[in-house]
Amino acid sequence: MDTILEMRGISKSFPGVKALDNVTFEVARGQIHALVGENGAGKSTLMKILSGVYPHGTYEGEIVFDGVPLALGGIADSERSGIIIIHQELALVPLLSIAENIYLGNEITRRGVIDWPETFQRTEALLRKVGLNESPAALVDSLGVGKQQLVEIAKALSKHVKLLILDEPTAALQENDSQKLLDLLLELKAQGITSILISHKLNEISRVADTITVLRDGTTVSTLDCRREKVSEARVIRDMVGRDMAHRYPERTPRIGNTLLEVSDWNVWHPLHSERQVIRDANLTVSAGEVVGIAGLMGSGRTEFAMSLFGRSYGRDISGTVRLNGREIDVSSVRKAVDNGLAYVTEDRKALGLVLEEDVMRNITLANLAGVSARGVIDDTAERNAAEEYRRTMGIRTPSVFQKVMNLSGGNQQKVVLSKWLFAGPQVLILDEPTRGIDVGAKFEIYGIINRLADQGRGVILISSEMPELLGMCDRIYVMAEGALVGQLPAAEASQEKIMSMIVRG
Amino acid sequence: MSEVVKSSAPTARPSVGQYLAGHLRDYGMLLALVVIMAFFQLVTDGTLMRPVNITNLILQNSYIIIMALGMLLVIVSGHIDLSVGSVVGFVGAVAAVMLVQYQLPTFVVIPICLVIGMLIGAAQGYWIAYWRIPSFIVTLAGMLVFRGLSLWVLQGQSVGPFPKSFQLLSTGFVPDLFGVGRPNVTAVVLGVAAAGAMLFMAMRSRARHQKYGMDNEPFGFFVARNGIIAVAIVYFAWLLATYRGLPNVLITMAVLTLIYAFLTRSTTIGRRIYALGGNEKAAKLSGINTERLTFLAFVNMGMLAALAGMIFAARLNTATPKAGVAFELDVIAAVFIGGASMSGGVGKIMGAVVGAFIMGVMNNGMSILGIGIDYQQVIKGLVLLAAVIFDVYNKNKQS
Repeated sequence: MDTILEMRGISKSFPGVKALDNVTFEVARGQIHALVGENGAGKSTLMKILSGVYPHGTYEGEIVFDGVPLALGGIADSERSGIIIIHQELALVPLLSIAENIYLGNEITRRGVIDWPETFQRTEALLRKVGLNESPAALVDSLGVGKQQLVEIAKALSKHVKLLILDEPTAALQENDSQKLLDLLLELKAQGITSILISHKLNEISRVADTITVLRDGTTVSTLDCRREKVSEARVIRDMVGRDMAHRYPERTPRIGNTLLEVSDWNVWHPLHSERQVIRDANLTVSAGEVVGIAGLMGSGRTEFAMSLFGRSYGRDISGTVRLNGREIDVSSVRKAVDNGLAYVTEDRKALGLVLEEDVMRNITLANLAGVSARGVIDDTAERNAAEEYRRTMGIRTPSVFQKVMNLSGGNQQKVVLSKWLFAGPQVLILDEPTRGIDVGAKFEIYGIINRLADQGRGVILISSEMPELLGMCDRIYVMAEGALVGQLPAAEASQEKIMSMIVRG
Repeated sequence: MSEVVKSSAPTARPSVGQYLAGHLRDYGMLLALVVIMAFFQLVTDGTLMRPVNITNLILQNSYIIIMALGMLLVIVSGHIDLSVGSVVGFVGAVAAVMLVQYQLPTFVVIPICLVIGMLIGAAQGYWIAYWRIPSFIVTLAGMLVFRGLSLWVLQGQSVGPFPKSFQLLSTGFVPDLFGVGRPNVTAVVLGVAAAGAMLFMAMRSRARHQKYGMDNEPFGFFVARNGIIAVAIVYFAWLLATYRGLPNVLITMAVLTLIYAFLTRSTTIGRRIYALGGNEKAAKLSGINTERLTFLAFVNMGMLAALAGMIFAARLNTATPKAGVAFELDVIAAVFIGGASMSGGVGKIMGAVVGAFIMGVMNNGMSILGIGIDYQQVIKGLVLLAAVIFDVYNKNKQS
């Protein structure tokens, strides 16, 4: 086997934590090598060492790339060797054009002056290679996340990449964009480019990966060869979490009560383009103790629907009625929606859900300060007790409730957001992609929490891009396409194929 | 993706040294103030701490500190207010015209001026909060507008002097209720009472922390720190007592500081302002009326700027078109020296007050030494930069 990369005995410590402990990682030339593991397993740390973010000397062990020992001083060094990493948070400048972004810091110049015709020509060639049909002059800002991802790859290709590292490239992509990206990876492989794919989505990995390496708690657990025999998802999950996961979705016997929430004739228009209707005549009901799913592609209007319901946080010219327990309620501001028993857990917890600079306690009480204060003065003891209560019942793993939430892992951050909303005492919770970007173990805990909420007689609306999650969790699934709820299916009858065909037929 | 949860669980009993290293950021500026005062006390041969100079120091800096309280809220909420210096000038001018030309009584003029300040704050806050015009631009406009208006109100002249009752705002002293006069027994009694109250509060808070097993400072350190502060309060009260007693403005300042410290630490409004500055979108989606909160922060700033304007005019006993020029820079510098973050969400009232005193002591000390205004500016600028670098350095070290 021709090995392009060999990382031997890699160890790296941070104050108080050993992030990597004697990790060995080998990648064969021309393969797609998947790197999986729970959050905190050390995947990103390993890749940061490989890409020079943590320079030579800050870790132990050695790296051999293309037969040469590497001693990287920084990202520039690794890029010169042909190792290029594409981070989850894309590193593009939104207000520059595609061409400018691709050659940023690497401009094609003639005596110090940028050669624009040449730049555009080469950009066009690169865009054709990655299958992106856009003008090189288009602003990155005007592209969707999926296309931006392709621009990043084009940028990597412009640097004569030998080893491409993709950190959760499909986390923010919808189904068909994800597929396109994976196809592109296969195509690059055919052209001899080796890639390392970090992902939580096991179905994608089993589709494209030749080899899977599983990391757990900073050590290499296993390296599985997918070409020799089919590797089951259960096997990978077992290696990731270190235990058998008999069921990916915890069991629940639904006890469904009376209709709790009733949304009728909901119409929403785009906040900027007033002629565009985003949500069309949506009707939806949720009963007590019921978990209702909303399936649909990204851009179908699921998030917009949820946010417009929640205090008109999205859109304009909103019309329609919302009833709770048969009585019409006012949801015209977030405050009123919360007071009337709604809660919305956002899909973007870092940007919209948490105050990262503040501690766990202050984030938990933020939506219900009235619950821990009297006449506008906060009762420190009551606040602390409330936070401790949620730390215990939700299983938030943190040294104390005074830890800043930015120091928590994604799964624990999500539990803080859920705690915040539970403390506000809602009757209906809208959960928008509650398990995005969190690891398998934490996902299972979140599912348990969702089931508990339903068992308490609350209504839950679950929005998710992962269809197995909807099928595993929901009692009933609505299908959304192009801003309309085009149909609904009881869980017993639903399948991925049926949902997809409803989306496609509209 | 894989973030590392830092294990910040405190070791069983941190030593004083460890504790100090971990909390350098909290005490750093207070320590810096002490060092700066000690330094100027030495090089001015004791002039700095002479009762008359301490009294002057308070009178000179009261308006900066009062505005720093409001500016802290504005900066924590993620904004800035460049107009306060001009508002000081404008409100001082309006007060002067009402007092001198229209002969209105003081007890009418003061509330009217406070309301004018609030209206000015509201006029600027409206555009910032509800129209999302950047505060830098709105208040830069305000700075020009109100500077121009104060020139217009005063017709380019100085207006004064003021009736005695108005001057008391700044140059008055709390009379000695015990009738001794010098030393002023009331001042000493109030000083001792303040120190006692401070110790009581500190002890109560420590006991509560202990009850819940929270991260507490080592006992020796606790005693030393609070002991020093208590002694310092009593000592300064004594110094002031041997001169003319406690200035009225010191009482105003102290009361306002306590009110705003309480507001930021213990009320829901305070908490919401920090959340607004930390992540406006998350705050909004948590049901917080972020627009109104931003608006109110500016209304409050306007009111405090108006109060500062009257105190400044009362101190000079005349309103001049130049009053308050560049005050905004001192106020903003005080808040940043005190540890507030430019991006919002971080900062403490006590930090801002300490920051203002650092600037004030340096101004005063350098003036006593006869250092030219040119060097003074250079030194103050460098101190501001150093304070913020120190802050950022500490933050990076922690993470």
